[in-house]
Amino acid sequence: MQQPNRLSPFYENLAFEREDDRMIINFGPNHPSAHGLLNLILEMSGEEIVKAYPNVGFLHRGMEKMAENMIYNEFLPTTDRMDYVAASANNYGFALAVEKLVGLEVPRRAKVIRMLLLELNRLASHLFWLATHALDIGAMSVFLYAFREREYILDLIEDYCGARLTHSSVRIGGVPLDVTPEWRKATAQFMAHLPKEIEMYEGLLDTNRIWRMRLENVGRLDPDMAQSWGCSGIMLRGSNIKWDIRKEEPYELYDEVDFDIPTSDMCDSYGRYKLYMEEMRQSIRIINQVLDKYEGTEPELMAHAPQYVSAPKEQIMTQNYSLMQHFVLVTQGMRAPVGDIYVGTESPKGELGYYIYSDGEAYPYRLKIRAPSFFHTGLLQDWLPGSYLADVVTMIGSSNTVFGEVDR
Amino acid sequence: MFRRYQPKDNVQKKAYYTDRFLVVPEVPKNPVEDAVSLAHIDAVAKGVTVQESYMQRDNVVIIVDSKEAKKALELLKAEGYKVLTEMSAVDWLAKKGGFEVFYQLLNITAAKRIRVKCFIKENEAIESVESLFRSADWAEREMYDMFGIIANNHPHLKRILLPDDWHDYPLRKTYPLHGDEAANWYEVDLIYGKEYRDVIGPEQRDAAFVDENDTKNFARIGHEVGYGEQPTRDLTPIQYQEEGGTILVKKMKPEETKIRADRSWNKHLEGKE
Repeated sequence: MQQPNRLSPFYENLAFEREDDRMIINFGPNHPSAHGLLNLILEMSGEEIVKAYPNVGFLHRGMEKMAENMIYNEFLPTTDRMDYVAASANNYGFALAVEKLVGLEVPRRAKVIRMLLLELNRLASHLFWLATHALDIGAMSVFLYAFREREYILDLIEDYCGARLTHSSVRIGGVPLDVTPEWRKATAQFMAHLPKEIEMYEGLLDTNRIWRMRLENVGRLDPDMAQSWGCSGIMLRGSNIKWDIRKEEPYELYDEVDFDIPTSDMCDSYGRYKLYMEEMRQSIRIINQVLDKYEGTEPELMAHAPQYVSAPKEQIMTQNYSLMQHFVLVTQGMRAPVGDIYVGTESPKGELGYYIYSDGEAYPYRLKIRAPSFFHTGLLQDWLPGSYLADVVTMIGSSNTVFGEVDR
Repeated sequence: MFRRYQPKDNVQKKAYYTDRFLVVPEVPKNPVEDAVSLAHIDAVAKGVTVQESYMQRDNVVIIVDSKEAKKALELLKAEGYKVLTEMSAVDWLAKKGGFEVFYQLLNITAAKRIRVKCFIKENEAIESVESLFRSADWAEREMYDMFGIIANNHPHLKRILLPDDWHDYPLRKTYPLHGDEAANWYEVDLIYGKEYRDVIGPEQRDAAFVDENDTKNFARIGHEVGYGEQPTRDLTPIQYQEEGGTILVKKMKPEETKIRADRSWNKHLEGKE
């Protein structure tokens, strides 16, 4: 047994040298295909993985601790930094959990804008996934095309809230800004254009020999293992389990729009790739329907609940009591009722849940963030053994993990 | 003058002002009325004592004894709750002398969720549910990492997000936001060794902290000095262009610039000078 200290550090390959059959490979923490800081310690027998040990925590910022020391509105921008590929989805999950705890009813126009943002984020996240996954496998051109379309989506989001990466575009009780007719027109135009691009990606990849050889029958995920590991999102639907929170426990206006939940019974990386493509089409379908719902909504953007949500700016500037209430809400923070709640939402990566325990103070007593990528990374230790080293990249990419979310 | 008393059992941020007459309402707890969830709770009640079951907003919650938590989860798994979505703990050491552990379960076929809660005292361990749900492997490791709650019969109970030799458990209410004394010295000790503590000094862990006299890590805008030199009060004007300028671009001298009066947002300034 090694006794590591400062002068003689720990060497993983000592066991290999002694027994001469197993090799330990340190995959990461700075491996370009690990999609973040993942140190994957692999025990190999030849090319085959015998044991995998994902080592995480390199990006741990203690968000749950920070939440206990912040008022609810103050914490919202922090959630951007979890899944930074689709920041609005994180903002939204938190806002929804607080709204449910407090019992706020969000105005319809805010719901419409939130759904537009959520689905745009889903598209951006899926395009990002496709780009990086294809790049990992070796398809350079797909990366360029997918990033081009992602740029358009980021432009739309930038037009809305001014940020491209850390949006903070949702508020507790509604949304901060309205969308302009030009913005809606631009979104509709882009939605008309995007299906052609998706077809092009599929044209590049679907029958590509290398792509199929690297993805088909690679990373087969048994439905039982997927459920046992708490997989969600496409990891679950890719294992032929039809479960989408948007459909089963609808929030916002998801019960008013028509969309399908694609599943795949192939249980492999190729099936999951097809699901990502199909989900993008469904997102476009949702956005097109939601854009039509905007017309005829009342112009309110924030819930009317003076105890918890500040009045609109115009009212704060003209009404004395609104200003006083706003002052109290900003300096002291709102006091959510005593109780605890768990709310899960379907983020692009899977089930993003917030467990909030409020003891009636202005700060949450406990906030637990259930990040989908956390369990998808844990899954690697059961999922990787038996496959080959070259497939590790495919499998990490296929699970679509983001390490801002794993470490929080 | 006396310093204001700060309770040591909870060092988290407190509201600086609370209305004397403020009574924060409770989220109403309603009895479970949904037939499917009731059937599931009844199935659990056959094997273990369900101390309380209620519905808060739309979350179904049951409370069981910590000794029977694993049994309850086993019974729920037989009812179709095959996914352990999340589990963790809430620190009640200051008020109740223990932790509240919760398990959030999901039944995909019936589209139902249930939360199982139990209470454990400080220094009391809880039985691992890793054999039922693999996701508990990492969830219990995180719980141990953050609260120091030990899960018995866990195959590999080890810190997950923090380094193995970290001192204390950060999500306890007794742990300060910016870390304790041990956290201040952690990296210094690890990288340079304890004997360098005097040379390097403790790590400044407050991200918002700015040292006025530190010219190594921060530039004073408008008062820039060389790396590590003493800070100065003299103005050091910045010109954003090299000497001689670049091709086609005239050198911009900030002191000679003027704002055009016909800029719309500048019109109200007209005639004031």
